[in-house]
Amino acid sequence: MTTNTSTGIRFAYGAMSAVILGFIVLPLVGVIWMSFFSNKILAFPPQGYTFDWYARAFAAQEFREGFIVSFETSLIAMATSLVLGVPASLALVRYNFPGREIITNILMSPMIVPGIVGGSALFVFFLEIEMLTGVQIAGTAPGLIIAHALIALPWTVRLVSTSLIGMNRSVEEAAYSLGASAMTVFFRITLPIIKPGIIAGALFSFVVSFIDLEKSIFLVGPGKTTLQIALINYLEWNLDSTIGAVATVQIVLITVLLLVTDRYAKLNRAF
Amino acid sequence: MPEVILQDVAKHYGSSVAVENMSMHISPGELVALLGPSGCGKTTTLRMIGGFVDITSGRISVGGRDVTALPPNRRNMGFVFQNYALFPHMTVAENVAFGLEMRKLSKSDISGKVAQALARVRLSSFADRLPKQLSGGQQQRVALARALVIEPDVLLLDEPLSNLDATLRQEMKIEIRQLQQSLGLTTIFVTHDQDEAMSTADRMVLMRQGRVEQVGAPDEIYDQPASRFAAEFMGIPNLLPGRMNGPGRFELEDGTTVHLDGQKRYHGLCVLALRPESIGIGKDAPVGAFNSLPGTVEIVTYHGASLEYRVRLGTSTFLTARTAAPGLGGPDAIPIGTEVRLFWPYASGVLVPEV
Repeated sequence: MTTNTSTGIRFAYGAMSAVILGFIVLPLVGVIWMSFFSNKILAFPPQGYTFDWYARAFAAQEFREGFIVSFETSLIAMATSLVLGVPASLALVRYNFPGREIITNILMSPMIVPGIVGGSALFVFFLEIEMLTGVQIAGTAPGLIIAHALIALPWTVRLVSTSLIGMNRSVEEAAYSLGASAMTVFFRITLPIIKPGIIAGALFSFVVSFIDLEKSIFLVGPGKTTLQIALINYLEWNLDSTIGAVATVQIVLITVLLLVTDRYAKLNRAF
Repeated sequence: MPEVILQDVAKHYGSSVAVENMSMHISPGELVALLGPSGCGKTTTLRMIGGFVDITSGRISVGGRDVTALPPNRRNMGFVFQNYALFPHMTVAENVAFGLEMRKLSKSDISGKVAQALARVRLSSFADRLPKQLSGGQQQRVALARALVIEPDVLLLDEPLSNLDATLRQEMKIEIRQLQQSLGLTTIFVTHDQDEAMSTADRMVLMRQGRVEQVGAPDEIYDQPASRFAAEFMGIPNLLPGRMNGPGRFELEDGTTVHLDGQKRYHGLCVLALRPESIGIGKDAPVGAFNSLPGTVEIVTYHGASLEYRVRLGTSTFLTARTAAPGLGGPDAIPIGTEVRLFWPYASGVLVPEV
């Protein structure tokens, strides 16, 4: 009886896992599949297969430029989120000070507030500043970077904090008692030990920044759109597999990024 | 090797007291064990000496140098942590070299000293391994080598044996003692295990609730515990509450009177602490200056060289007697349920305060 029950439960668990995985993976597979359809207008069933959409996607100036804007913005946002996020995590994890909870919540809020709300709020805020000072922020590269740094920051803080919490403090104390200064302890002991967390934080902040649509849509300037906005704009007038091709390239890029990172820093240790 | 002096050291966390009135004088080359149950302040004391915990008041000096205000990196102390705290991203050799690099020694000096330190703990062939590739005992020895290679003024050990299995613990205990003696290191060692402290330390500091309960050589504390707490902590199982009711007369709670030699006196409620090996067990008590009480054998336990009898006296009083094992010159084993007499010389036992 017990054996039957446990086999039953194991089967149900396996089936459940398969369904959930299916929900996650199937749309991605669908997009990749679609990107090879030779149909002029996206439709089922495919009439044949072609690489044309990839050629078109690479040829399209809006996608090439969008990719560059997205890539640069995400890279700078990632760097900013590290420069701010690593010290912030250290302070939040290591020290108990008044307002610590509030600061944690503020740093995490971009993750919780819907992108549209955050984006419009930033847009209005930037306009207010412009009215007060005459300095234009909305629609400029710095404005976009500020928004993306905000998107990225919660991820760095969360992942770096987790690895700091999991770290054995006495290792630092050992270095300290062996004569190391606080700086040496940080750079030679703490940093290498939390490296997986930092790399994971960097990676995730890059990805969430790269794929952001809602915040960016308020803040891009004329002639300077991100890849995701270029895609939305394209979709407005076209329904063909070019977007599938662009999406596939992104999926491949992010997968490669994840695999490479995982090779150097076991990502599962960062959580 | 310098001496370590603690003067009236205290540590308060807000209104709660972790350590109070802690004064100690540790002689050069001495191994002192800080002993006590968890929460007694022993680790806090060690961390204050190491500089990891700021002291609320008092003074700590090492070899005449006041180190109270110095950070850990300027105290020149070797600290071995309970979990070893090896640098996980560095090899064994890099771990050991770290302290020497901090002292800005030349590359060749460092590699020479590292090799020597690893040889001392018999880990020369493990120099290029990472800590996670080592067993617990090996990690412990790396931690020791790393702490010793900097030629510290004082060696501080925080529960160094608690994460090892029994055989290894025995081995490491001897190894630590030998290293400490051959280097003549002033060493302070924290443990909650009285056996460990007794077999390793020159002197023990028994702590309780942030205060020193008793200081002395292991045999001094075992022979003359200063309180019921000390007696219990030293593993003395026979603690009989009662009161003095005349010179050399001690009345137990059930009204029985036992004799003490004239030296012992105590006013009011106190406890007679009797070591199990000072209690004899047999059909009849010997004649002479012996106390004798009737009882029934409840449990017999074998401890290799000795047998331990738990004997019931009356309804809720038990005494434990230990005899040599039958094969080692002891009497034949007495079966459970036997009516026996327990006896001990008037001169045995210590009177300690009830608290």
